[in-house]
Order: sequence, then structure tokens, then C-alpha cells
Amino acid sequence: MSSVGQQAEWAGGPVPPAVTDQEPASVRVTRSRRSVLWAGMVAIAGVAVLAYLPYLVYSSTTSLLDQFFLLLIMASMWNLLAGYAGLVSVGQQAFIGLGAYFVVILGMHGLSPFASIPIVTVAGAVIGLVFWWLVSRLRSGYFAITMWVIASVCMLVIIQVSSLGGGTGIAVPGLTQSPKLLSAYTYWVTLVVTVVAIAAIYLLLRSRLGLALTAIRDDETGARSVGARVSSVQRLVFLVAAAGCAAAGALYAIDQQFIVPTAAFSVYFTAEMIFITIIGGIGTIEGPIIGTVVFFVLQQTLSSAGTWYWIVLGLVAIAVAIWAPRGIWGLFADRTGVRLFPVGYWLWPAGADQRGSNPLLRLIGR
Amino acid sequence: MTWVNAVVQGIMLGGLYALFACGLSLMFGVMKVINLAHGDLAVVAAYLALGVVTVTHVPTVWSFVLVVPIFAGVGYLVQRTLIQAALNRGVLTTLLVTFGLSVVIENALQQFLSANSRSLSIGSLVSDSFSIGQITIAYLDLVILVVAVVVLLGLQYFLSSSRNGRLIRAVADDREAAQLSGVNYRHVFGVAAAIAFATVALAGLAFGMYTQFDPTTGTDQLLLYAFEAVVIGGLGSLWGTLAGGILLGVAQQIGAQIHASDQLLAGQLLFLIILVLRPQGITSRRELA
Repeated sequence: MSSVGQQAEWAGGPVPPAVTDQEPASVRVTRSRRSVLWAGMVAIAGVAVLAYLPYLVYSSTTSLLDQFFLLLIMASMWNLLAGYAGLVSVGQQAFIGLGAYFVVILGMHGLSPFASIPIVTVAGAVIGLVFWWLVSRLRSGYFAITMWVIASVCMLVIIQVSSLGGGTGIAVPGLTQSPKLLSAYTYWVTLVVTVVAIAAIYLLLRSRLGLALTAIRDDETGARSVGARVSSVQRLVFLVAAAGCAAAGALYAIDQQFIVPTAAFSVYFTAEMIFITIIGGIGTIEGPIIGTVVFFVLQQTLSSAGTWYWIVLGLVAIAVAIWAPRGIWGLFADRTGVRLFPVGYWLWPAGADQRGSNPLLRLIGR
Repeated sequence: MTWVNAVVQGIMLGGLYALFACGLSLMFGVMKVINLAHGDLAVVAAYLALGVVTVTHVPTVWSFVLVVPIFAGVGYLVQRTLIQAALNRGVLTTLLVTFGLSVVIENALQQFLSANSRSLSIGSLVSDSFSIGQITIAYLDLVILVVAVVVLLGLQYFLSSSRNGRLIRAVADDREAAQLSGVNYRHVFGVAAAIAFATVALAGLAFGMYTQFDPTTGTDQLLLYAFEAVVIGGLGSLWGTLAGGILLGVAQQIGAQIHASDQLLAGQLLFLIILVLRPQGITSRRELA
């Protein structure tokens, strides 16, 4: 995404007094603003309310939210992969499908699907390591389609395994709870995985590695030249996305209770991830969240229209990718400067309280 | 003897795959664009041929006279508008845009033309064959292979001898230098896309005569076959593409000989093996782009 990068920008007014002829202590670096505090408090309150929901609403509502969170996890993982590490994959359905089938395999050995989620997540990362060995040398389009081929190979192999139901599919074993309880458990587990996934991405991007990732997002060659270990950072992100998508696959299996290879390895999982991320805003944590809301509302209103829904979504995604490449959140954040998940830095003049004054420099201010 | 037969049938099939692959290879070589809608375009061409035959009542085989020029024109337009706009944003945007295009095409075909399987009927030609010893070769398969070789020869001649061909190679080698010499690279990109679309239309027609197709065929099979043939053969070499297509076809037929359900898997495993052992392809000496 090098062409849309905007690594640093002077915020506000004339160029401030040169920083260089003052002692370093005269500027202050911060990462958070008050909007962040608010966002954090709202998020915690929101999660608390969401966690209480199964006591308040019918299971039809929580199962809708299951789908919402599933989309959110998948889109956030794809955003991490493509928006930050520059790895556009069209084969993330490989990890969804494998995650779903891992749940079945572990269930056959007596493990509850809910308990198997952590194991499936780790297994996803291990499989990711194997796939990374295959694709790490490839760039852009080659990487994208090779991941697709890998997903197709995974599906063809699973279809051949008759003990996993072959091409006709298999019921997920071990979901013996009463329907009401099962629905509540599914919802809580999905909520936990979602919160963990978003928190993991946020912490990853705030860490030292996050700085390298943001640099790669803006200019891969440039990042390499200033010493960012591009390939090892990309590998880490690939593994995180693999683990996250495997966990999403496990949740998908629990939610569906019956899985079929062609559906579990469908490229439309990746289509959802891509469209949500592009429309919401690629390369920001907030983008996939906004995108998922938009996508979900569209899905609920247009779902009876079947294929029209995909036609409209595809056209909108194409238009956004070309004419508004930073998506809905990018347009909003540019105008307001609001960041809910601050992974960048603000540079303030000495003595200025943050209220009412402009920062000298916003780093990575997307 | 069944194994020899499998190899012969694979070689025949390889011509078809090479025909699919050369457009993909050309667009990647010249514009660095991997067109993820490549397979869907072939399916659209096959549907268009159905329409042409219904309206004009020409024999199916001659539908290419209309379909191929239409696709060349569409290719030029799509390149000059959509793909160029995406290219201006960067190579990754072209992936997102062509992927979006692929989803739109597939669903539009399902919406307007139903998900039913269709085929381009060419009467008895589809089953007519001749035998050499115990090996039976269908005329259609042989014709497709010959067409593929002729197209590749023509493309080779065009790229090396014609003015437009030289411009395409110049832009592919060094766009800035070509621009400095006064070349309008956008127009050259359009010409390359027109050729790529024309070849994929031809491939789509051949596929429609060879077997059944439906709206999902493009993404489920054709795009991956074309890409695998390009990678196996190696970039930047049209004859490598033919070799890649033939190897892919042979691998699939040998796989089918082991078990019917192994056909697709065998081709894809060959692709992965080549990717690990010889990522630059079997014919190319160049480093992977």
C-alpha cells in the first residue's frame, strides 16, 4: 500500500520552531489522547453488556452476533496480513477449513469443541509455519494465488478422507448441551475469541514490531533499507493470521454443527474478509470493525437477494479500492483526527497540555 | 498401455491449459498484474459464444470470429479504465480490484444465466476420433492443441517482429526508459490486455467445446490451472508456458489413472513440488519476480 502511505504529517499551522535547536527534553511524545480513554471505557462497558446478553435476549439474536463476531475476527486477521504486512492472500479459507476439521478430529478423540479451541489455534500457527515455508519467497500476485492453490489442496485432501465424511460432510461431535445452553456457550466463546483477537492485534501493533509493520505497510523497500527485518516480521504476522483464522474456523464449526468441505474451504470466506477490510479501511484496526458493521447490515437487508448482494458488494469494494483506498474509517479519521486504537505517536511542544493545542508532529497518523 | 494413453491425453489437455495460461503470463510479464478474474473471463467468453450461436445461427465453431474481437476490445477498455486506475494505486490494489471483478462476474452469471451447467455443442465433432494402435485421439483435442501452438507461435512472432510487439517488450523491460523515448505506456498496456483477453476468449471457447462449464468454473478450476501452468513452465517464456500446460495436463491424467478423484490433486501437487524445488519454473533461468 505504499502509494497511500502518509508516514508523517505536520499538523496545524506554520512550521513550529525547529525542534533541533532546542534540548530534547523540550518535546514530549505521547501515544494516547482523550478519545482513546473514552474508547477504552466504552469498549470495556460494551463487552460487559455483550457478555450479559444471553440472559436478556433470545438465542436467535446471539446467533446473529456469533456471525458478526466471526466476520470481525476474520476481517481483522486479513487486515493485519494485507494492510500491515503487505501480504494479500486469497487462501485464508485454508485455515478456516482446517480449523473446522481440527475441531471434528479432536472431538472424535473425546475433546469438547469448546476446549479444543486453544489447541486448534496453536495447530493453525503450526500449519501456518509449513505453508509459510512454501510461500515465503513469493510476492504479491504469486503469493495470493499460491495461497488459493494451497486452500484448494487442503480441501481436496479432506474430501479424500472418508473417516471425516469425505465430500458429504460430517457432524461436529461433542455438542451435547441443551440447545439454549449450547447457544449461550457458543456466544460467550465467540465473544472471548473476538476480544482476544482484537487485543492481540492491538498489542502487536503497539509493540516494537508494530513500528516495523507500519513501516512495511507504508513502504516495504524503505522499511528494509532502515533495517526492519521484513521477512521475519511478515512471518510472524502470517502465523498470527493463520492462528486467528483457525480459531475462527473452530468457531464456524461449533456454530454450524455440521461442516462440508466445499463450504468450509470456500473462497467466499476470503471474499468477505477482503470486502469488509477494503470498505471499512485497510491498514487500520478500526477499519475492519466499521466494515463488519456495514457488511453485516447489508447482509441482513439484502440476504434474500442472494447473488445481487455479492454483485453490489464487489462493485462497492472495487470503487472504494480505487477511489477511496483508505475506506470509510480513513475518510472519517482524516477529518477528525480521532483514533480509537492509537498505534502511532504524537509529538508535543514542551509545556503544552494536550487540551486545545496541536501536536508538532503526528507519526503514523493513519 | 493405459499409462501411455494417459500421457498422450495429458499432452492434448496441455494445449488447452497453455492457451489459458498465455494471457495470464502476458499480463503479468508486461503490467505486473495478476488478473484474478482471468478464469471468469474465459467462462464469460463461453457464455457469449452461446449467445452468438443462438442469435446468428452460425456453427458453434465459428463463433470465435465475433467473440474474440469483442473480447480484445473489452480487454483494451478494461485495461485503460479499471486496471490502469488500480495500477496507479499500486500492484496490491490490482489484486483487490481483479478479485472483486471475479466475484462480481461469477455472481452476475449466476443471477442472469442460472447456475446450470452448459456446454458449446459442436455435434459429432466432440466424439469423433482416430486411433494409433491402442491410443485414441479425439479430433477436437488435437485441434485445440494445434490452435494453442499456432497462437503461441503467432504471439512469439508478434512480440519479436511487429512494431506493437516491440513496444510491449520495451515497456515490459523498462517502463520509464520506454516513456522517455516517447512511448505511451498506457496504450501499450491496453494492447497487451487486448491480446490477453483475446487468447482467454479463445481458451474459454475451447473449454466450452471440450467439457461443461458453469458460473463457478472460472474460479474453481480455470484460474488455478492457468496460474499453475505459468509457474510450472516459468515466467517470460511462451514455450515454457506450453511445457507447463502439458506437464500439468499429463500430471492430471496420470492422477486420474490412479483414481478418478486424484485428477485435480495430482496437478496441484506437481505445482507445489515445482514451487519448492524450482520456483523459477522448468524452463526459465530468471529469478522469480
